[in-house]
Amino acid sequence: MTDANDTLLQVDGLCIGATVYPPDAKPHEIAIVDDVSFSLSTGRVLGLIGESGAGKSTIGLAALAYGRGGVRITGGSAVINGRDVLAIGRKDLRDVRGSDVCYVAQSAAAAFNPAHKLIDQVVEAALAKGDQSKASLHERAIELFRTLGLPEPDLIGNRYPHQVSGGQLQRIMTAMALCSKPDLIIFDEPTTALDVTTQIDVLAAIKHAIHETGVAAIYITHDLAVVAQVSDEIMVLRHGKTIEHGNTRQIIEQPADPYTRALVNVRTIDHPEAPADGEPLLAVSSVTASYAGSSEQVLRNVSVELRPGQTLAVVGESGSGKSTLARVITGLLQPSDGQIRFNNRLLPPALAGRTKNDLRELQMIHQMADVAMNPRHTVRTIVGRPLEFYFGLKGAAKKQRIAELLDEIELGPEFADRYPAELSGGQKQRVCIARALAAQPRLIICDEVTSALDPLIADGILKLLLELQRIEQVAFLFITHDLATVKAIADSIAVMYQGEVVRYGTKTQVLTPPYDDYTDLLLASVPRMEIGWLDKAIAGRRMGSAGN
Amino acid sequence: MFSRIPVSALLGMFVTSLFLFAAVFAPWIAPYPLTEIVGGVWEPASSQFWLGTDNLGRDLLSRMIYGARTTIFIASMATLLSFTLGSVLGLTAAVIGGWFDQLLSRFVDLLMSIPTLIFALVVLSVLPANLITLILVMGILDSTRVYRLARSVAVDINVMDFVETAKLRGEGRMWIVFREILPNALSPLVAELGLRFIFQVLFLSALSFLGLGIQPPEADWGGMVKENKDGIIFGIPAALIPAAAISILAIAVNLIADWVLNRTTDLKGGRSGH
Amino acid sequence: MPYLLILVAQRLALGALLLLAVSALIFIGTEILPGDVAQSILGQSATPEALANLRRDLGLEDPPHKRYFSWLWGLLHGDLGTALTNGVDIASSISKRLYNTMFLASVAAVIAVPLALLLGMIAVRFRNRWPDKLISGTTLGFISLPEFFIGYLLIYFVAVKLGWFPSVATVYDSMNFSERLAAVALPAATLTLVVLAHMMRMTRAAILNVMQSAYIETAELKGLSSFKVIFRHAFPNAIAPIINVVMLNLAYLVVGVVVVEVIFVFPGMGQYLVDHVAKRDVPVVQACGLIFAGFYIVLNMLADIIAIISNPRLRHPK
Repeated sequence: MTDANDTLLQVDGLCIGATVYPPDAKPHEIAIVDDVSFSLSTGRVLGLIGESGAGKSTIGLAALAYGRGGVRITGGSAVINGRDVLAIGRKDLRDVRGSDVCYVAQSAAAAFNPAHKLIDQVVEAALAKGDQSKASLHERAIELFRTLGLPEPDLIGNRYPHQVSGGQLQRIMTAMALCSKPDLIIFDEPTTALDVTTQIDVLAAIKHAIHETGVAAIYITHDLAVVAQVSDEIMVLRHGKTIEHGNTRQIIEQPADPYTRALVNVRTIDHPEAPADGEPLLAVSSVTASYAGSSEQVLRNVSVELRPGQTLAVVGESGSGKSTLARVITGLLQPSDGQIRFNNRLLPPALAGRTKNDLRELQMIHQMADVAMNPRHTVRTIVGRPLEFYFGLKGAAKKQRIAELLDEIELGPEFADRYPAELSGGQKQRVCIARALAAQPRLIICDEVTSALDPLIADGILKLLLELQRIEQVAFLFITHDLATVKAIADSIAVMYQGEVVRYGTKTQVLTPPYDDYTDLLLASVPRMEIGWLDKAIAGRRMGSAGN
Repeated sequence: MFSRIPVSALLGMFVTSLFLFAAVFAPWIAPYPLTEIVGGVWEPASSQFWLGTDNLGRDLLSRMIYGARTTIFIASMATLLSFTLGSVLGLTAAVIGGWFDQLLSRFVDLLMSIPTLIFALVVLSVLPANLITLILVMGILDSTRVYRLARSVAVDINVMDFVETAKLRGEGRMWIVFREILPNALSPLVAELGLRFIFQVLFLSALSFLGLGIQPPEADWGGMVKENKDGIIFGIPAALIPAAAISILAIAVNLIADWVLNRTTDLKGGRSGH
Repeated sequence: MPYLLILVAQRLALGALLLLAVSALIFIGTEILPGDVAQSILGQSATPEALANLRRDLGLEDPPHKRYFSWLWGLLHGDLGTALTNGVDIASSISKRLYNTMFLASVAAVIAVPLALLLGMIAVRFRNRWPDKLISGTTLGFISLPEFFIGYLLIYFVAVKLGWFPSVATVYDSMNFSERLAAVALPAATLTLVVLAHMMRMTRAAILNVMQSAYIETAELKGLSSFKVIFRHAFPNAIAPIINVVMLNLAYLVVGVVVVEVIFVFPGMGQYLVDHVAKRDVPVVQACGLIFAGFYIVLNMLADIIAIISNPRLRHPK
């Protein structure tokens, strides 16, 4: 990219493979990374982006000559400061790890040892090199805690991992990587597991720390909008191959490859909002609920309405009570107060009290399609059971209807005989949609149905849902943490925070200022696909981080 | 399909079926009757008595074959009892939950806080010594382990979204237990079946060896060890033969169970048997 | 710290409650099950008068709960009752035998525990290579062997054929420590082999579980030496599961000792219990059963308490 003299990392022809053991075939080799080359100069940040299975984490770990769980580096070189880490011996490798190159993992909660104090773990790698005293390293660690904006930087290191929050742990892990003054840090999806309002703080802290220390970094993520904020250049990967590599501005503003273009344009579905008039199909009024054996109210005085054939998006972060609301509506959890009207009738609070027709008209789709289908049933059984159970369909009529449903979700009739394990993530979620449709419901509760999927696949599911809504006139109660999804499909929105609805109205009303403090924070925290968004967002904030 | 079974499991299956064959056809393949004295005391192996004779001069091979029958029959019956009782109660406790689960689980905890052999000894000190008692005691005491396994597997499955989906659909308890939970709980339970059978064989042998199991002149392998143990110090290895038979059967079944267990862990979330 | 103390106190209380419940269960098991104790002792041919006399002597005419509480009251005062068969005080018959059994079990434990941990660590260190396969394969075989097979094999080869040790483990009061040690060599070896396989397999699984944690990966990516990775990062987290394994297997050893004592005609608790089960001497069986169960419960309780104490989440609450 730049002057060859200050090249820090030079990767050439990197190939990584693994042996897979499929249940119905002989074990065989597969390529995870196929002939990838790139170079990185001192002090630069390279974003590695791709969907799951693209090999991005594997490449990051290869810079440390580490293969996770049976993964083997089969070819190529990775030269750091003149040494090929893929060719050196164990002892030399130990010198590189933790001093030249450091690693920040996705889940800091698992990556910290529960048995030791945080500060001891932060300074450990630097201390092991032996050229600095423990006291001076502790000072450096505290300085880094301050740089990363951690509360009580002098004391927080004395705590144990389980005593601090996820967002704080992720920042402490960054401090741990920075402590031994490495030349290169590998960030492996460091903010993916965090809520958006926490993510923005961690992201800003990481960016600030990279800037302050001048360290080079490889930043791995599946979220192009995130990587656009921190990296100087971006490499797009797919199925272990490089699709496109260029500077950040070029990739975001003038993507050359069609796949990159698709990634940049993801989440740009536009759904015009329907008017909020007429009788509501579902009316939740003043519902309060808590879990058995706990006095804490998970839902407080929640009231929302949903009209037939429309979509209400319930948006909030973890702990907001949005999934609890779904459990109350489906009857899995009885509210301690308040009532739910459906089809102009009062809905019995307990599942056992509801009629078969109530159950049929109110279907649910879960977040994890993997565990929402019985692994021992075929698609035919999964989709066919509601037909049999609610409508008594049998034989040819049932077969005919299953084929129709599979056609509606854009899968061929040959899928009927497959087991869930033989489907991809997107196909699984489609089968779950077909199962819900089979009951011919008037309302489907969608609980984070796209959040476990890669962005492009998620887009496909959202488009399908909108199309089905147009044809079948079914209403959706869409539970999500993702505001982009909300914009794409909602007619009305309820924003939830700590068990309460803090903002509720039509999509236009909710997304038009003036905002309440939380909605403002939430909207400002969603990464935008534009360069410089992070700095502007941090500068314009009214409310501190909601969670941490 | 046999090509995908490891050699160790095939060996286990072969040995197990050999023992089963001996057990089923004992009266037809045993060269001498069970209790008839046919030779001298502790005669060495010869062409007439392939394994020699026992402490009373009975043919050891014949007694071994009949012993296979008694040992395998009682162990199978006890396994069947412990398995039916344990899995039915375990699955039911997991699905019903509430006080039923609490009561049953605490009672099982209590039973399991006494070592099985000790509790069996305590109970056998007052109960009449017969076959039914033995099977009942062995089966009931061991059902606690099956209960725990079945319950924990079913509790894990019961909270999965596909079971929740079935509940939301309005399915009855029968569908949920037999169509949603059981097919997914079957693999770990089948693997456990082998381990429970081994335990029952060893348990029965220990009881008979202590003189509290099968009473003479009936023969089971543990009892035969007891009958012939006095020969050991004179250098007569007759007692080692039934002891070795117990070990070989246990190892063979263990090899099969090990394979089934590995297969089920390989198939996390996948499917099998198609 | 008080939170931790509360948890430990809870566990202790639970252990005491369990012991009480077990004493009731053992009592019920011997008294209320079908089968008349007097009939069992005297046999089918006993005259009605003899049966009535024996019942009166045994206090069988009192209601069961009254007998249970007087038995329990006696137990708490160290009075285990008298044996039916010879009228001797049970506590005095047991004390010497209890010591012998403890001696035998301790010798086995002292050998088995370090050996199992060492083998377990070797298996993990060479995971999926030949030392692991050898150790794991051998132990899979060993867990299938009944105690008496191992015991008689040792007697046959080591005692009879080679003549290294006596085949019958007799101990006298006059024996000194090393004579005692030689006397229990074979039974202790048998017990060791019986628990070793289980303990090693569980140790291996416990260490592997820790070695697969994400924080071990972090430690490796810090460039720490294998020594530091194992002792600073794996070891502190593996202590609790390993101690748990050790305790569970010591509890298992308590049971294994019964059969081993019979094999070697060793004058311990197990032999005493088995003899009196055959004689249907209920008070002895109750007392011995409760002592064995008590050991088992205490060992399990200790395992739980150590697990609680060594858990950093409980030691340093939020």
